[in-house]
Amino acid sequence: MTRKITYVRAINEALHQILESDPKALLIGQGVTSPWYVGASTLGLIQKFGPERVIDTPVSENCTMGAAVGAALAGMHPIFVFPRMDFMYYALDQLANHAANWHYMFGRQLGVPLVVWTIINRGGEQAAQHSQALQALFAHIPGLKVVMPGTAYDAKGLLHASHQDGNPVIYIDERWLYQNEDDVPEEPYTVPIGKGVVREKGSDVTLAANSYMALKAIEAAKALAQDGISVEVIDLRSIKPLDETMLLKSIKKTGRLVIADGGWKSFGVSAELAALAAEEAFNHLKAPVLRIALPDTPAPASRTLEKTYYPDANRIASEIKAWLHKEPK
Amino acid sequence: MKQAAKPRRTGRSDVAPDVLLGMYRSMLRLRKFEEAIAERLKTPSEIVCPVHLYTGEEAVAVGVCANLRKEDFVFSTHRSHGHYLAKGGDMKSLAAELYGKTTGCSHGRGGSMHLAAPEYGLPGSSAIVAGTIPLAVGAALAFSVRKEDNVAVAFFGDGAANEGVFYESLNLAALRKLPVIFICENNLYSTHMPVASCLASTEIYRKAESFCMPGVRIDGNNVLKVFREAGRAIAAARLGEGPALIECLTYRWRGHVGPNYDLDKGLRSKEELDSWMTRCPIKNFEEFLAAQGLISTAEKEAVSREVDVEVAEAIAFARASPYPDSAEITRGVFR
Repeated sequence: MTRKITYVRAINEALHQILESDPKALLIGQGVTSPWYVGASTLGLIQKFGPERVIDTPVSENCTMGAAVGAALAGMHPIFVFPRMDFMYYALDQLANHAANWHYMFGRQLGVPLVVWTIINRGGEQAAQHSQALQALFAHIPGLKVVMPGTAYDAKGLLHASHQDGNPVIYIDERWLYQNEDDVPEEPYTVPIGKGVVREKGSDVTLAANSYMALKAIEAAKALAQDGISVEVIDLRSIKPLDETMLLKSIKKTGRLVIADGGWKSFGVSAELAALAAEEAFNHLKAPVLRIALPDTPAPASRTLEKTYYPDANRIASEIKAWLHKEPK
Repeated sequence: MKQAAKPRRTGRSDVAPDVLLGMYRSMLRLRKFEEAIAERLKTPSEIVCPVHLYTGEEAVAVGVCANLRKEDFVFSTHRSHGHYLAKGGDMKSLAAELYGKTTGCSHGRGGSMHLAAPEYGLPGSSAIVAGTIPLAVGAALAFSVRKEDNVAVAFFGDGAANEGVFYESLNLAALRKLPVIFICENNLYSTHMPVASCLASTEIYRKAESFCMPGVRIDGNNVLKVFREAGRAIAAARLGEGPALIECLTYRWRGHVGPNYDLDKGLRSKEELDSWMTRCPIKNFEEFLAAQGLISTAEKEAVSREVDVEVAEAIAFARASPYPDSAEITRGVFR
C-alpha cells in the first residue's frame, strides 16, 4: 500500500524493515538510542531490536567506524550513522584506507557490506563544522559508492538498496528534506544505485542536481518555464556510480548543461559532471557549462552570510537566465 | 615425505608435547621462510614490494596462534608474515604474493603488507599503524552479537600505542566486554625511533589499567610464556569475561624494512643486537625441548629438512607463477 509519509519516516521505516528481515543487520552510531535523535529517524528501534543490534557508541568516530568495518568483515551487515557529516573526518582512515580498499587489495576475497548513513545538517547559523556536504570527497575514493536521495520514496528505496549492495555505500541525506512528504509504498523496495531520474522533461537546458538541490532545481525549472525556457531536471540520486547514460542522453538532446550541487565548487560533483560533458559530449554542447555550487569558503554562521552562501531556486533560475542571455548567438 | 619419529611423551610441561613440537615447527617455518626471503631481497632483488621481516619475533605470533581455532580472527600489520603463517596461511601463496604474482594470497594486489587468508580466519593485514585494532574490536562485536565463543586478536607494534584509535579501541572493547585480545609486539623501535623517544610511559601494558582491563608484560621471546598468557586471556574472552592487553617484549633483528641489519645507520648498537640474538626464541625453545627429552637431534634435523623443502617449494612456486594480467586492473573495486 502506498501512502504519503515524510522523508524521515521513510528512513525510519526502512531501518525497521532492514533490522526485522536481516538478522545480520546492526545499527551503530552516536545517539541512535536517543529519543530526540536526528529528526526522530531512529524512533522505536532500540525498543524493538535491543542494545545488541542498536548500538549507541561513545564519541570515538575512528574506532567505532573501524568496529563497523570489522563487524562487516566478520559477516555482519552494519549501518553506521554519523549525525553530522562533519564528524566523518575522524573516521576517514577506516573508510578510505580500510573499507574502500579491502575487496580490491586482498584480491576480491572479502567484501565490506556496510552502509555509512551520514547527515548534512546545514543552515541555522551552525557554521563551518556542522554544515558540510562532502559527497565529492567520498566519491573520489575508489571502492566507495555514494548515494543522495532527494525524496521520501528514494530515501527508503536507496537505504534498502545500500543495505543489499554488499559494498561500502555512503548514504547521504539532508536534514532540510526530513519533513517533505512523498508517496511511499509500505512494503520494502529498492531504488537502484547508479540510476538517476528525470524529474522534469525539457529541451533547452539539462539541469543536473542532487538531494536538496534537486528539489530547488525543480522549482527553478518551473519558474523558467514561465519565461519560455524548457529545462530538463535530472536528479542524480547516485553520485557514484553516476548515471552517465542518462546524463549524456539529455546533454546531447539539449546541448546545454547546468549543474546544481550542494557541495563546494572546486574539484566537486559539478566539476566531475562538467568533465563528463567535455569528454563525452563536447560536439553536442552549444554553450559552456554552468556550475551552481557553494563558494570555496567554509560555511559562515551569520544568517546574512548564509543567505549568500547557499543557493536557492531563485538563484538557480536567475543564473540560468543570465547565462542563456550571455550565450553567443 | 618421511615423517619424523613420534616424540617420546616424557615432558614435564603441562602443555601437551604435540602442542610444544607444533610451536617449534611453526617458529622454524617462519624463520626459515623469512631467511630465504631476505636472501632474495638482496641486490638485485627478485622482490619489489616493501618487506618488513619478523625475524626474532616468531614466538609472539606462534605462541598466541597456537591457542586459536580456525574460526577465530587475527588482524595483522605491515609486519604480517608471521601472523599469516602461524594462523595457517599457505606458504606458497605467501611467497607468490611477495613476488607480485597472480597466485598470491591477495592475487598480487596486496604485496607483503596486505596478506589475507579468510578461510583460516585471517581477513587481512593493514599497513596503517593501529589500523586493524578497531577492526578486531568489530569482529569481536560480531561474535558477541551472534553469541559465538570465537575471539578476535589484534596484533600491533609499540608504535601503535601512539595512535588515538588504540585507546578508543581499548575503551570500546572494555565497555562492551568484547572477546578481543590486544597483543602488543613491543620490539623497542617504531621504525627508526626507540620506544622511549615516542611514549611518555613505555610500559604499554599499563595502559590497560585505565580501561579496567587486565594488562601484562611478558617475555615475548619465550614461546611457552606467550602461549600460556595468551591462552589464559583467550579462554577468559571465550567465557565472556572481556578483553585483555598483553605486551610481549621482543626484538626486531633486521631493520624496519628490508633484509639488512642496519647497524651502519647508527640507530642501535651491535651489542644490543647481539644480546637479543642470544635470546633467540627458537634456539632457546629448542634447548628447552631437548632438555625435556621431547626432541632428539635426529628429529630436529628431520623437521629442519622438511621445512627447508617446504620453503624451497614455496619460492619455486612463486617464481614460476604468472604475473596478473594488466586487463585485470579495474576488476574487483566492488563486489
